[in-house]
Amino acid sequence: MLLSPEEWEIVRLSLKVTIVAVALATPVAFALAYLLARARFPGKVLVDALVHLPLVLPPVVTGWLLLIGFGVKGPIGGLLHDWFGLTLIFRWTGAALAAAIMALPLMVRAMRLSIEAVDPRLEGAARTLGASRWRVFRTITVPLAMPGVLAGAVLGFARSIGEFGATITFVSNIPGETRTLPIAIYAALQVPGSDAVVTRLAVISVVLSLGALVLSEILSRRAGAGRGQHVL
Amino acid sequence: MSFDVDVRRRMGPDVEVAVRFASDAGLTALFGPSGVGKTSVLAMVAGLLRPDAGHVRIGGETMFGDGVDVPADRRAAGYVFQDARLFPHYRVRGNLLYGAKRAGGRGMGLGEVADFLGIAHLLDRWPRTLSGGEAQRVAIGRALLSGPRFLLMDEPLASLDQARRREIMALIERVRDELGLPILYVSHDRAEVERLAGCVVEMI
Repeated sequence: MLLSPEEWEIVRLSLKVTIVAVALATPVAFALAYLLARARFPGKVLVDALVHLPLVLPPVVTGWLLLIGFGVKGPIGGLLHDWFGLTLIFRWTGAALAAAIMALPLMVRAMRLSIEAVDPRLEGAARTLGASRWRVFRTITVPLAMPGVLAGAVLGFARSIGEFGATITFVSNIPGETRTLPIAIYAALQVPGSDAVVTRLAVISVVLSLGALVLSEILSRRAGAGRGQHVL
Repeated sequence: MSFDVDVRRRMGPDVEVAVRFASDAGLTALFGPSGVGKTSVLAMVAGLLRPDAGHVRIGGETMFGDGVDVPADRRAAGYVFQDARLFPHYRVRGNLLYGAKRAGGRGMGLGEVADFLGIAHLLDRWPRTLSGGEAQRVAIGRALLSGPRFLLMDEPLASLDQARRREIMALIERVRDELGLPILYVSHDRAEVERLAGCVVEMI
């Protein structure tokens, strides 16, 4: 199946948005997961709830909140615009932000579980061997949590590449800028007699998602070599 | 004076661990039934558990007390845990060398320790492929290679069968006699304690 130039554009844009979203969300998700798994602080319940909000809100509402917050006149969007000349609304960067925020709760959940599964007694053993807290974090906690981090990133990728509701609300449907795969499929469905177009796009979606899954399995095998751990 | 320990810590609503002893070089055994808090005492000496009150002095140096609380990574304890507690994501070699940075070339090297413990053929194995006795020997090696000034051993024979027990016990005697490190040794086995210890602290 050869892709037309328009289809290539959609695939490229979708991958760009998704990869940036996952790259953006992974460190944030890991930091939040570590905080929720290990730290005790007042307001933890609130942070936990906020992180999970995009999971339980209708995506349209999340998109609308992004529109309010990150619009050119919004409290955050205004600052970004004035200070850095950065506009998110109606741009692919905005699509990446929407995808990252929608993926965040799933990523935090996967990573938090894996951090909680790291045996603190191993960290104590490392301490007695002369390792600073930072070295213990780098050499024990993070590597042992790595399968969960990869699983989180894969979940995030899958969630991001399928992101629709918040994205179309926040950045609309602009060919070449914000028309990602799901939005292109939705747009094609609005046109009578476009079954062939929809089918082709749907097949592309399946191939991309399966490819991500296979890639993650290969990565996790490499990461867990000799230890018999798998991401999924 | 090798160990000068006087620690107290509340572990639960009606559970308190308290012990006070001072001992000379050689092997000092903490002896008593399970659940009496022997492991907690070791953890307090290692700096993994903070006593509510008291002091920990080793070789004349204050590790805890008088406003001092030396963090675990700077106490130079060689801690051998009951369950070996090897790092699953490092091969045997990586486990052995994990603490070698602190040793900074002092004391025995990797080859020497591996020969001493008879684990030279295991260096490229993953911990999950080791038997209990092998894992325990690697754990002892890891502690020895971290440049320790004293050793803490928490029932290192508990999870082993008879043959392995004899083997590791002989090793511990060699460590005690040939390396000259003070050892604090936890056990609930009287025969083991009588054979190894120069000084016995009984916890009841």
